Amino acid sequence: MTNSSIPEPGHSAGSVTDAENNLELKEIEGLSQGQIVRRRFFRHRGALVSMVVLAFIIILAFSSVGFAFSFFGIDIRTPGWWQWTWTQIPTPQNGGAPTLSLVPEFMGGDGVRFGDHPFGQDEVGRDIFAVVMRGTQQSIVIMFVVGIIGVTIGTVVGAISGFFRGWRDSVLMRFTDIIITIPVIVVGAVVGRAVGNQGAFALAVVLGLFAWTGLARLVRAEVLSLREREFVDAARVAGASNRRIIFKHVLPNAIGVIIVNATLLMAAAILLETALSFLGFGVQSPDTSLGKIISDNQAAFGTRPWLFWWPGAFIIAIALCINFIGDGLRDAFDPRQKRLPSSRALARATANRNDLARAEALVGTRGADNQVDGSLAPRSTTTLDEGDERPTHGSRGDA
Amino acid sequence: MSTTTPTAVETVLEVENLGVDFWVDGEYYPAAVGLDYRVKRGEVLAIVGESGSGKSSSSMALLGLLPPTARVTGSIKLLGREIAGLDNRELRKVRGNQIAVIFQEPMTALNPVYTIGFQIVETLRTHYDLTPAAAKERAIELLEKVEMPDPQTAFNKYPHQLSGGQRQRAMIAQSISCDPVLLIADEPTTALDVTVQAEILELLRSLRTRLDSAIVLITHDMGVVADLADSIMVMKNGEAVEQGTALDIFQRPQHPYTQSLLASVPHLGLEVSETGTSRPSPSTTATPVLSFQDVAIEYPKRGRVPAFLAADEINLAVYPGEIVGLVGESGSGKTTLGRAAVGLLPIKSGTLISAGVDISGGGTKELKSLRRKAGIVFQDPGSSLNPRMPIGESIGEPLFLAGEAEGKDLDKRVQELLTSVELPTSYRNRYPHELSGGQRQRVGIARALSLAPELLIADEPTSALDVSVQARFLDLLQDLQQKLQFACLFISHDLAVVDILAHRIAVMHRGRLVEQGTRDEILRSPKEAYTQRLISAVPLPDPIAQRERRESRRAGL
Repeated sequence: MTNSSIPEPGHSAGSVTDAENNLELKEIEGLSQGQIVRRRFFRHRGALVSMVVLAFIIILAFSSVGFAFSFFGIDIRTPGWWQWTWTQIPTPQNGGAPTLSLVPEFMGGDGVRFGDHPFGQDEVGRDIFAVVMRGTQQSIVIMFVVGIIGVTIGTVVGAISGFFRGWRDSVLMRFTDIIITIPVIVVGAVVGRAVGNQGAFALAVVLGLFAWTGLARLVRAEVLSLREREFVDAARVAGASNRRIIFKHVLPNAIGVIIVNATLLMAAAILLETALSFLGFGVQSPDTSLGKIISDNQAAFGTRPWLFWWPGAFIIAIALCINFIGDGLRDAFDPRQKRLPSSRALARATANRNDLARAEALVGTRGADNQVDGSLAPRSTTTLDEGDERPTHGSRGDA
Repeated sequence: MSTTTPTAVETVLEVENLGVDFWVDGEYYPAAVGLDYRVKRGEVLAIVGESGSGKSSSSMALLGLLPPTARVTGSIKLLGREIAGLDNRELRKVRGNQIAVIFQEPMTALNPVYTIGFQIVETLRTHYDLTPAAAKERAIELLEKVEMPDPQTAFNKYPHQLSGGQRQRAMIAQSISCDPVLLIADEPTTALDVTVQAEILELLRSLRTRLDSAIVLITHDMGVVADLADSIMVMKNGEAVEQGTALDIFQRPQHPYTQSLLASVPHLGLEVSETGTSRPSPSTTATPVLSFQDVAIEYPKRGRVPAFLAADEINLAVYPGEIVGLVGESGSGKTTLGRAAVGLLPIKSGTLISAGVDISGGGTKELKSLRRKAGIVFQDPGSSLNPRMPIGESIGEPLFLAGEAEGKDLDKRVQELLTSVELPTSYRNRYPHELSGGQRQRVGIARALSLAPELLIADEPTSALDVSVQARFLDLLQDLQQKLQFACLFISHDLAVVDILAHRIAVMHRGRLVEQGTRDEILRSPKEAYTQRLISAVPLPDPIAQRERRESRRAGL
């Protein structure tokens, strides 16, 4: 066999300038796994739209009425661009009906305008837009804090018990079992009473301390299968410590499971906070949250239905966005995912292929015979090779 | 099916201009292009090629067993009837009944929750009106036909209760249950040991005459082809580059690819005198780099699984600059020895000195000093590289962890290592999945050699590679060994590969070393019956020599 298929390697690394090096790298640059995942994610239309919508909701909520959070005594406050805040009580106008109008005048409506109270007012006259924005802020803060705390604890617990097994596994998993058996809503109710007046942040920390169990189980299962892979042995022979093996070799390979479950955890956290606040155990007055708005105005359901539309719409929107993003991430991380082409894409591909065939016929067999390793064979064969190989040693669990 | 007994030999399968395309990332990529072939009754057509050459996908296309992203074009005629465009209902009648498949890995192709008897009966009753009792009777008959030992009890066994060879027999019994006119055998012996492989090949040969059906054999093993095939089709990158009778292809290969494919097949027992003289074993007076003294290795009891003694009474020494081949069937404990030698498994008793470090006690300190002196190349290059790390980082990890190099210096060392295994230095930023199997295994070597170890353990490094890639890999390993003069324990089940590389050979059977000696002693004049059996079971990549071998073996039994 000749080595003619291998391109001239950059032997003289010392004499090659950086620019040349970069150019060379760019030429042979393949797609890293991250790039592949990103590309697949962006192809998922639902997930992409959800990302945009979620970003819009976050910006809207935080810029309109300004932040006001106290992290254990430190207050952070910024003003917003909206004329009211959630604590101000303007005089009720027009029975508190929403002033938002989207039907233009020439179509017989009131014209496109926001008015003073686009989402309406409640009985005492609070501006519902400001209140809902504040509630959305709370939900988002809870979502991220619960997500970060839950994922961190769950990942570490799962990785340790899955990697070391033995007594550490037993202790940690029995502890996990105990946490699982306690209904989170009860924990939230008891603890929410105690820390509810400290604000959403404290509540989120407590919820996060109880929300990691499912993730720990999943990460453990994933680590159990990953630790048997040969690259773990290879790392051990290379002299890597257990800590390095866990954090550098095992966990990056479990990232798919972790990210997907993090999104599900975050969506669940929003709904949990809403449920707790609705029951009166979550965020306490004078602060507000989406669940609390609904709870406070239960009596007005018949007369002022908009008091439910807006918080409800935002709860659904946020939870849906997170779920869609999670769905997109799951698809993106699953290498076995196969998408069937639409008929239009099919027609285009056929046309392309005919062009390609013509081009190949011109090139002839020039490049065909000197490839032995398969490495530099036309992209088609290598790609397929990968596709065929995957399932045989793909030990990734189905999340 | 067999309506009339034809006087002239009937053409069973006629394939014209068959093409298979796969939809990948918004485009169709061809996996097979313009295949034409026909198979007659009682004939064996071997489709040969490297992985990714499209031999499997083109054959699965015959049954419509491809994923929905695939597209099949061209004409497939079974007994003169076009089956290319059939809908699923019609295809189901053809599958199992007229065309049957023997899959590569019987463990995954058989359903683990049903007994093999149930699975054979299921196939029978899907296609025929049979009472359960009649079906059972027929199933046992089939198991007898495939020479399953004790078919009555085997009927009620689950796949995991059978050995690999028996599973493959059960699989074959299932596939021939409806007297198919066409049998597709997709790498039927790749997952089996040589001795078992010889038995299965023997079975396939006798079935072919008894059933009088056509067989399409898909394989990359030229020895298997020489043993079984009447005609051969060589595939490369989705195209058939050469077609002809087995004798023609083996003796007068026309296409350069076929020639190179045949040239890269390792022959067992060639060039005895020449290599025998050119490769004197290095002096055995020095202290051995690796020495096992009365070593026993046990897998401890776990839950209800009892403890298993994987290796016992092992006495083996590897001297500096020497390559020792360790051969044996799967499950004989070869890999266990290799892993123990680099401290991945603790030993139960005895003394194990590896690279001058006594690791019998398994102390952390000893292991740590061993890490700098011993390297290992693993069997599966796909699994032994961290898929989330660029290969440059994988190669540099031992250097980094040993504190030998950092930053720019590390970068330079990694580039040197890549150059030494003949990979472009720019590959250091690539991820394992962007490399072919052979390239990944080179990365594995580069990593194992990064600290210039005294001892290299190579654990079946070529078993996952195609022949031509394997040949290049072995060349490279030999070059590096001559340059760096490390001691090497080369573990393999392939005697021909060991023949190329090793100075001395040790044969392992059921956890014990049964024979040790120089290469010529073991391969040319083996003393132990087991070694003789092992050697005679290796199929020769030459139809005529293989026929002689077969007959002599049959006479010997």
